[in-house]
Parts: sequence; C-alpha cells; structure tokens
Amino acid sequence: MDNPLTVDTLFHLGPVPITTPVAVTWALMIGLTLFAWLSTRRLALVPGTLQTVLELFVTTVDGQVHDTMQRDPAPFRALIGTIFLFVLVANWTAVLPGVEPPTAHIETDAALAMIVFVATIAYGISGRGWRGYLATFAEPSWVMIPLNLVEQITRTFSLVVRLFGNVMSGVFVVGIVLSLAGLFLPIPLMALDLLTGAVQAYIFAVLATVFIGAAAGETPVAAKPDKEDTSP
Amino acid sequence: MTENIVEVVSIIAAALAVGFGAIGPALGEGRAVAAAMDAIARQPEAAGTLSRTLFVGLAMIETMAIYTLVIALLVLFANPFV
Repeated sequence: MDNPLTVDTLFHLGPVPITTPVAVTWALMIGLTLFAWLSTRRLALVPGTLQTVLELFVTTVDGQVHDTMQRDPAPFRALIGTIFLFVLVANWTAVLPGVEPPTAHIETDAALAMIVFVATIAYGISGRGWRGYLATFAEPSWVMIPLNLVEQITRTFSLVVRLFGNVMSGVFVVGIVLSLAGLFLPIPLMALDLLTGAVQAYIFAVLATVFIGAAAGETPVAAKPDKEDTSP
Repeated sequence: MTENIVEVVSIIAAALAVGFGAIGPALGEGRAVAAAMDAIARQPEAAGTLSRTLFVGLAMIETMAIYTLVIALLVLFANPFV
C-alpha cells in the first residue's frame, strides 16, 4: 500500500524534480489543448457531430452558470468550463492502467483551489471595484470581518480536501481490494469511481461558480473579453 | 517498545476517527436525500433544480466525513510521533 500523501519523482528537469502527477497533468493539458484546437479549427454554421457535442457541452455549462449566478455566463464560461473539463478528465484517468489521477494528490487539488481563490478575488474586484469588494467583507456588520476572512481560507481548504479525499479514497480502495481479492473484483469499484469523479468535477465547478458569483455581486457586469486560456 | 505502542495507538485512533466521524455525515446525508425525495415526489417538475442543489449539499455534508478520513491518513502515514 503506497502512502497517498507522498509523490514519487519521475525524472529531473535540470535541478527541478518532476513528479508523476505533474507529468500526467502536463499530458492532460497537452491533450485537452490539442483536442480543443483541432476540434474548433473548422467551425461550420451547420455543425458536424463533434461540433454538436462541443456546442451541447458549452450550452450546458452556460445554463448551469446562468442558473447558479442568475447573470450572463459569458465572462465565466472559459474558467468554469476549463475547470470542469480538467477535473473530469483528471479524475477519469483512474481507468487507464498504470496512471494515477493527478487529483488523487493534494498538490494538484491545492493548485486548482488556488486558481478558484485568485479568480474569486479578481472577479470580485472587477465586478464591484476595490472599495465595493472590500466592503463585502463587512457585509452584515463590521463584527463579521474576521469570520468572513476566515471563511475565504476555510472554503478554499475544504475545496482542496473534498476533491483530494474523494478521488484519493477511490484509488486507495481499489488498491486495497486489488491486493486482497485479485483481478476482476475491483471493476465495480472502478465504475463507482467514474461516477464519483464526474460528481466531484461537477461539484468543484459549481462551488467555484457559487464563490465567484457571490464575489462578483448581484448587478450584472458588462461582458468583458476572456483573459483565461480558452478550452471549449 | 514505545515506538510500537505509538503505532498501535495510531491505528486504533485512525479506525475510531473514521468510524465515529462517518456517523454524523451518514445521518445528515440520509435526511437530505429523504427530504429531496419527498420534494421530488411532490413536485416532479422541479427535479432538475432539486437534484443539482442536492448534489452540492451532499458534497458539503460529505466533506465532514472526508475530513476525518484525511485525519486518519495523516495519523497513519504522516504521524509526527512515529
């Protein structure tokens, strides 16, 4: 049974050790970017099968963001969609033989949650302005300032621990059952892992939407151009 | 011998943490799902919104159990006293 809290170094890039989750993450990033680039290179007015699937995905993300935030989803589509797609694909790499999902290590989840944390602040400032965003920390009254500050930390931490705990426990249980019972018994558990991975990706994206929407405020901001890397 | 005692106590503590830590979230999730089932049975057209909210709420509740799991893993694999 491997220690789930340590990572093994795959190779060294100069003085920097590259661990297995980082290598898998890079492979996923390259794969997703190539897929997005290749599939959106020739967009047609009458879409083919692939473009229909992509449009369905984008429409679903838009609908979820709109339902959660009650505002125009355009400024948030790229970030939320990319987070969802990346976490989903990262969780589902558990089915590939020999590949451990990068989200089963706490560093990847911490990085994802830091992205959400920074995006929350950025969207809050761009939605309400400096003074408006800082004023939200004293929202019911100024007594709540310490609690609101602590909430920023704890909810980011719980994002990290939730994703890490769910994905890691799935991988861990499959490992234990495999070492106890042999070849075919873990298959139902792996199917359950696929469901858990999808639900966790959805929840991570929805919570990111909720945090960003709460920070950005009720009044709709004017649609601004996306700054984030745009996967579909 | 002392090393051994610490390890034994750590394993017992991890088992207790997960065992007792799972009780509360289990009861809470049961109540949440029961309430959602009730609401869907009364109002089937609201099933989409209800299940979305239910999933997010379940994830929130489940986080408590996951916390104990992480504590148990810390005790087992990253114990500062072993």
